[in-house]
Formats: sequence, structure tokens, C-alpha cells
Amino acid sequence: MTHDAFLVAASFLACAVEMVEALTIVLAVGVTRGWRSAIIGTVAALCVLGVFVAVLGPALAFVPIDSLRIFVGCLLLIFGLQWLRKAILRASGFKALHDEDAIFLEEERAAQDASRSDAAIDWYTFTVAFKGVLLEGLEVAFIVITFGSAQRNVGLAVVGAVAAAVVVLSVGLVVHRPLSRVPENTMKFAVGVMLTTFGMFWSGEGSGVSWPGGDAAIIGLLACVLGASLALVSIARRRHALAEATLT
Amino acid sequence: MRYLVAFGRFWYDFVVGDDWRIAVGVVATVAVVYLATHRGADAWWLMPCAVLALLSVSIVHATRAQRR
Repeated sequence: MTHDAFLVAASFLACAVEMVEALTIVLAVGVTRGWRSAIIGTVAALCVLGVFVAVLGPALAFVPIDSLRIFVGCLLLIFGLQWLRKAILRASGFKALHDEDAIFLEEERAAQDASRSDAAIDWYTFTVAFKGVLLEGLEVAFIVITFGSAQRNVGLAVVGAVAAAVVVLSVGLVVHRPLSRVPENTMKFAVGVMLTTFGMFWSGEGSGVSWPGGDAAIIGLLACVLGASLALVSIARRRHALAEATLT
Repeated sequence: MRYLVAFGRFWYDFVVGDDWRIAVGVVATVAVVYLATHRGADAWWLMPCAVLALLSVSIVHATRAQRR
């Protein structure tokens, strides 16, 4: 039950964060150059991602569970630590926060400058939307496949991701603006904590580790990762303030 | 050849990301835990200790590099 809740939450949050970023790109080209090609590009990219998950997800079911958990655990750990690292650096001021409004304006300017054609499909718009959704979605597809297959439940991970995609796209279509008020960094931080926790748990299980308390160890690992990450944010913030004070 | 290099670079950036130490450290940690467990050691504690150390080292490195 705990596993399932984490599985859905992690894929929902990861997909929501990446969809917010993809939505900014699609909105910018859609508003500037027309919606038809932007929507076709978005749907095409979502189809490619769907095929990727549909093919790779079931294929991983044939891999022995211990080997799969070591492989998946390593990947989740690497992804999770990278997400956490970025989120900690952003929260402490060492890295700029993701500014959806600035990205929107930049994409809008580029879309206005690009040449236009009378073809049925505006290839510039199609390509930008397709690339944006595909690249942002690829990491989510990996998380869905790896998280889902280690738990032998890719379907549940897909449900979480699709729910996030529907929510973000619906809100985006209604407001017609980039979703700059979404607490992206907090969500990235949460996803990083979850991926790191499950990465440790599964690579440990696959390696033959016997966790104290069995599955309940996940809660302990989660608390450790969360506590250490918050402490690192605080230390990095102090370092950043010190660096700023030295400069002024 | 150019496309092959770009393809390789894309996957390197995608999997390894901004700090290669994390990827190398994770693989080394899991290998050590695997070996220790298969030699009869109760090495569950090694995983969280090593992973949190890796994260700390990566953050310290990034903040130090930016302060310079």
C-alpha cells in the first residue's frame, strides 16, 4: 500500500513538474504561431513517449527481479540525487530558480523571429512543441518504467503520470499562460527525495540486503534523506549568504 | 559521426547529468554493498551512509566551485 502510494505520488509529481516546463514551450509557440501545429507536435511526442513506455515496460518484466532492482535502483538513485542536487542548489540561491515567465518570453521571441510558410503544418511550431514535450517527457517515461517495473506495476505509475499530464494541460489550456506559480522547486525536491529513497531500497534489496523492519525501512530511509537534504539546504544557504556578504 | 557524438552526448547528459561523481559513486556503492552482502556482512547501513555522503560531497563541490 505504502509502495503504491509512493509510486503514484512520485510519477504524478515528476510528470507535473516536467509538464509545466513543456507547457511553457508549447504555449509560447501556440500563442505566437497558431495552435494546430503546436497541438499536433504535442500529441505526436506524447504518442512516442507512450510507445516507449508500452514497449519497454512489459519487456522489463522478463528480467529477473534482483538484477532488475539493482539496475533500476542505480538509475533511480542517479536521477534522484541529480534532482535533489539541483533543488538544493536552487533553494539555497546557488542556482537560479526556473522562471517560466522568462522562458515563455524567450520562446515567444524566437517563434516570432522564425520564418513562416503557407504549408498545412508549420514545421517550426511542430518541431519546437514535439522536441519540448519529448525531451521533458523522456525523464518521466524513465521514472514511470523504472519505478513501475521494480514494483511490477507499470500501470499504476502510468496512471500517476497521465493524471498529472491531464491536470497540467487542462489548467494550461484554461489560463493560457505559463504556470509560473507552481512551486516547481519544491516539487522537484520531493521527487528527488522519493527517487533517492526508493533507489536505495531497491538496489539494496537487489543486492541481497536485509532491511531492518522490512518494507517499513522505506519510511526511515525517507526521513534520513529528507533530514539530510534540508540540512544541506540550510548549510548551502549560509554559504551563499556568506559569499554575497564577501562580495558587497 | 557528428550525429553519433551528439547521440552519445545526449544520453551522457541524460543519465550522468551535471555531476559525474554521483553516477560513479552510486555504481561503486551498490557494487560494494552487493559484495559485502554476498560475503555474509549485514551491510544495509552502508547504502544510506554512502548515498548521503555522495550528495553532501556533490553539494559542497558545487557551492565551492561557484564561490570561487
